Amino acid sequence: MSLLTLENVSVEIAEKLILDNISLRVERGELLSIIGPNGAGKSTLLKVILGLISKTSGKLIKLPGLRFGYVPQKLKINAFVPISVMRFLQLLPDKYQARMSVVCNDLGINNLLDKPIHNLSGGELQKVLLARALLNKPDILFLDEPAQGVDLNGQNKLYELIARNKAKYNCAVVMVSHDLHVVMSGTDKVICLNQHICCQGLPQEIAQNPKFLEIFGAENSRLALYTHQHNHQHNLDGSVET
Amino acid sequence: MNFLVQYNFIFRAIFAGVAVAALSGPLGCIMSYRQMAYFGDTLAHATLLGLALALLLNINIYLGLVSVCLLVAVVVSYLFDNAKIANDTVLGILSHFTLSLGLVLATFVRGAKLDLLAYLYGDILAVNNTDLIYIAIVMLIIMLSLSRLWNKIISAVISPEIAHCEGVNIRLMQHTFTLLLTLVFAVAIKIVGVLLLTSLLIIPAAAARFYAKSPFSMAVIASSIGVGSVIIGMFLSLLFDWPAGPAIVISSAFAFFTAYAQYKVIH
Repeated sequence: MSLLTLENVSVEIAEKLILDNISLRVERGELLSIIGPNGAGKSTLLKVILGLISKTSGKLIKLPGLRFGYVPQKLKINAFVPISVMRFLQLLPDKYQARMSVVCNDLGINNLLDKPIHNLSGGELQKVLLARALLNKPDILFLDEPAQGVDLNGQNKLYELIARNKAKYNCAVVMVSHDLHVVMSGTDKVICLNQHICCQGLPQEIAQNPKFLEIFGAENSRLALYTHQHNHQHNLDGSVET
Repeated sequence: MNFLVQYNFIFRAIFAGVAVAALSGPLGCIMSYRQMAYFGDTLAHATLLGLALALLLNINIYLGLVSVCLLVAVVVSYLFDNAKIANDTVLGILSHFTLSLGLVLATFVRGAKLDLLAYLYGDILAVNNTDLIYIAIVMLIIMLSLSRLWNKIISAVISPEIAHCEGVNIRLMQHTFTLLLTLVFAVAIKIVGVLLLTSLLIIPAAAARFYAKSPFSMAVIASSIGVGSVIIGMFLSLLFDWPAGPAIVISSAFAFFTAYAQYKVIH
């Protein structure tokens, strides 16, 4: 059985159709990329699945006891709350603290733990939010444009981290991206969304799909897979490590 | 010994003031995180309506007060969701409507049962043993609730979206907080009065913000500042015959400005 099934889900907000007849499945261990132009309803789709926005019609079937991890596109962290990264992660119930040291090591955020969460850079905050999502022992990890505000080198590292943790905890990952050119390597399925699902399938199939070309234009036809080359490392000053 | 018996109203007052100020610390912090000062004021004003109604209907004043506050909270949340009016306008309407209605209804209460000034500005020296029992009950409820729900409430305040995905019931947390707030208001009226209720929560929390590194430490510091303000305020009141409620509020405001000045000097 799929972890999650959407059947003909539609969403209207203020009498405006945002999502039209969406059907999809999420299977354990798969990496699903959702791409589409701005305003296509990608973030709304995640929020409907997470129960943050209610659907107007259709069915949403979840495996009982399904746990979610969510890294929002833009997190408005309440600026009035004084809190360190450590305390922020400790807000989860005790039984979810077990992974703490492993997750912090894996994501390389040990040096951030004592910092106030408001002082983090965009990339640092993304990693902390990813850590919190992983601590929650998710069956599905939802990432809404996780690489936003992260430089290219950081993006590669972030994608690598996501792939590693997906394998480690055997969870599904649903990732939203508005960058049509880049779909993370290891993507099992791409859903191309523009209010409705234009097309879906393997990354290489999508790139050739006439509907994809029609909606996103020929210049986007080169759907690139991100593949990270492990042949060198950078020093802090940017020079290549030898 | 004779001294203790003669002045035991002072000890009752100190106990009540210290207990209520200590409880106000954590609730004040949450109130300041959620920018609920005006909502707090609305509930506080509604307490007078509750009081007047309870006296007119001859029911337990705490019961009347808490029910009316919760009813007003429901109306506020309904109007927030449904009336296409800015939230602070909604609060402005209800805050002053409930206060006015309370003041008018109070004139129907016969005899000397309702000392309006005592309710508006507090009368800490009139705390009696029944009040102390209610304070103890409220203290127990709030400490039990907060010890169980603190992390969830803070999670919900920092990011409702993430908390929701982790299975925290945001609405339930909000309603629980409103209930706890109402309970503290109910027992705090005697200390500072209806008009100054929110200041007991907001000002110590605001002062604590300059020292705190976590919500928990902020709550502890806010409670301490609150307790200190109550003691100093009562001292000023006894020494110079100031009204106790305003003296307490002035003390805590002094703590706030001192904390702010100190913070500015350091940073």
